[in-house]
Amino acid sequence: MEEGEANKESEVAPALIAVHPSQKSVAVAVGPTLRVFDLHAGSAASLIDDSSVPFHRDSIRAIRFGSKGRLLVSAGDDKTVRIWSTENWRCICTVSSEKRVSAVAISNDGSYVCFADKFGVVWVVDLAGCDGDQPLVDKKATPLLSHYCSIITNLEFSPDGRFIISADRDFKIRVTIFPNKPLSGAHEIQSFCLGHTEFVSCIAFIHDQDCPQGLLISGGGDSTVRLWDPSSGELLDTCEVAVKAGVAESNDDAKEHAYAVTDLCSIMDGSLVAVALQSLHGIILLKCNLSARTLLVAKVISIAGEAFVPTCLGTSSCTGILWMVTGVSSLPGSVARVRAISGFDVEQDPAVVEDDKIPGGEKLLETLQGSTSVDENAFMAAAEAVKTAMCNLLIKKQYSTENRETRKRTRNDRKLKTQQS
Amino acid sequence: MPGNEVNSTLSKSTGLPRKRFYRARAHSNPLSDSHFPVPISPSHVDYSLHYPEYFPPSDQANNPKKIQFADIGCGFGGLLISLSTLFPETLMIGMELRDKVTEYVKERVLALRAANPGQYHNVSVVRTNSMKYIPNYFEKAQLTKMFFLFPDPHFKEKNHRRRVISPHLLDEYAYALEVGGIIYTITDVEELGDWMKSCLENHPMFEALTEEELEGDPCVKLLGTATEEGQKVARNGGQTYRAVYRRTALSDQTPQT
Repeated sequence: MEEGEANKESEVAPALIAVHPSQKSVAVAVGPTLRVFDLHAGSAASLIDDSSVPFHRDSIRAIRFGSKGRLLVSAGDDKTVRIWSTENWRCICTVSSEKRVSAVAISNDGSYVCFADKFGVVWVVDLAGCDGDQPLVDKKATPLLSHYCSIITNLEFSPDGRFIISADRDFKIRVTIFPNKPLSGAHEIQSFCLGHTEFVSCIAFIHDQDCPQGLLISGGGDSTVRLWDPSSGELLDTCEVAVKAGVAESNDDAKEHAYAVTDLCSIMDGSLVAVALQSLHGIILLKCNLSARTLLVAKVISIAGEAFVPTCLGTSSCTGILWMVTGVSSLPGSVARVRAISGFDVEQDPAVVEDDKIPGGEKLLETLQGSTSVDENAFMAAAEAVKTAMCNLLIKKQYSTENRETRKRTRNDRKLKTQQS
Repeated sequence: MPGNEVNSTLSKSTGLPRKRFYRARAHSNPLSDSHFPVPISPSHVDYSLHYPEYFPPSDQANNPKKIQFADIGCGFGGLLISLSTLFPETLMIGMELRDKVTEYVKERVLALRAANPGQYHNVSVVRTNSMKYIPNYFEKAQLTKMFFLFPDPHFKEKNHRRRVISPHLLDEYAYALEVGGIIYTITDVEELGDWMKSCLENHPMFEALTEEELEGDPCVKLLGTATEEGQKVARNGGQTYRAVYRRTALSDQTPQT
């Protein structure tokens, strides 16, 4: 593959979705475009950004609501982190990053925003003084911790706020104690969760009343979802989702990275985990038993009548609706497709919500998708592009021995020597 | 032929590998993607391969012994060889990024084991990027000593993040070291010496050893004399700068107000 081609493909960013913790609003990011639909008002929220360079100039790579719902954070390839107030949808704070941003997280009490850059450094921003009513402030970020030169794919706070978890492309998950004074760095590592045999793409917590500190789940390029005890780093269970759900024929298929886990999301308080895989039209539902510490495939929910490979999942902690989006930054007009699944809470089968039954209805779809009519083929191409981009970005390039030898031989300093001898 | 070739890399008189067959560049980029195998987790490290005397293949996983010393960037292994006889009951490993140099140390250890029955069975070497894969080799608080002898100085400011002692990497070393464990650093580059010292000084989980403690520590004496790099510096009459620090428990445990 040509260098240029590889670079171009890795520029492609998947569409993202985030849901307000009490489902007051839903946000979708496609490329540099951030769209928010306010479900309470029943209309699109108009974002106000008074920064010197307003809005994102390049693909957004991460969006997230704070657990209290007061903040929305967006960040990405334009090396800015923008913090929005969900009260008036004003950008209350813009933070510049030295490198492209790959993940964001907001501390549970909403006082710190953390973001990770592509060189593996996690930064922390103290939000003191950032208020919806006050004029825009420019904040500086302080380094918190670092994975040595590895792209961090996901950041997460534990439900009790004790730990900050970072996952990277070197198969690692690091559990760090979130200190009382984060501005002087997070030095104490609680554990490393090691077991994935490819990049880790997503992490999430699953917890209930009996287990308030929660267990960690992670998905990765090795097509597995794993369950961990974050305090010890112990691997509790491994679920080969693609094979177990009957999506992939065998482990060999999984090895081809055809079924890398793209995203996972715990639904409601407790036991269910929705998993999105590359090439899978729909989601896999896993049941997590917190006391037995196991993960089992509960169900595969496929989306009938439409080719839909979700690129991102989102849910709010209270409503039991799983939101999904598919799309890619390279599509003209930044169109995306949004779907939802409901019915996790009652003794009925979860089902895909029809477009006219979706909360917010047509208006929401029009806002978030950028268009009501969507071309299915475009999204299949999009899913394929996202897959290639993810592989290019996160999988180490393997060169054959001959290839490497050839390169060594053609090294400039060697050339001279061969000519002389 | 291949058999002959292998033998000819060993010295006829001492049976040790000859360095000229293991020439390698002095520097290696720690940031480049690596293609050597890495254990998935510390429990996947094959001790029977490294220390066959302690871990005979017949009774796997019965010996609770773990590696306690790590020589990061061990080079040609001079320090390890000295430590091996000084601490004959302690398992120790050298970590080196350069392939050929690792091969040399491997051969050297095998030759020493053959020449000195019963000795050098506690020392081994692995080719790896220790800046990335320390957590894959060592559990939390597993190590009692870590050595960083004459590391690559990486003078350019742009390349400072390649230095093996850096504020963020110290977090990982603190994780691998037990409380009370000791980190030894030495260099002949003043600028790097200052850098390593200030990194350790400013880290909340390390404290400097006192003069008396340095005096009483047999490892400290080896820092400047045991390694090939150290001998070279001494030969040329160069100055060395060392920083030896102890891993402490984090004091910042005041509850949030």
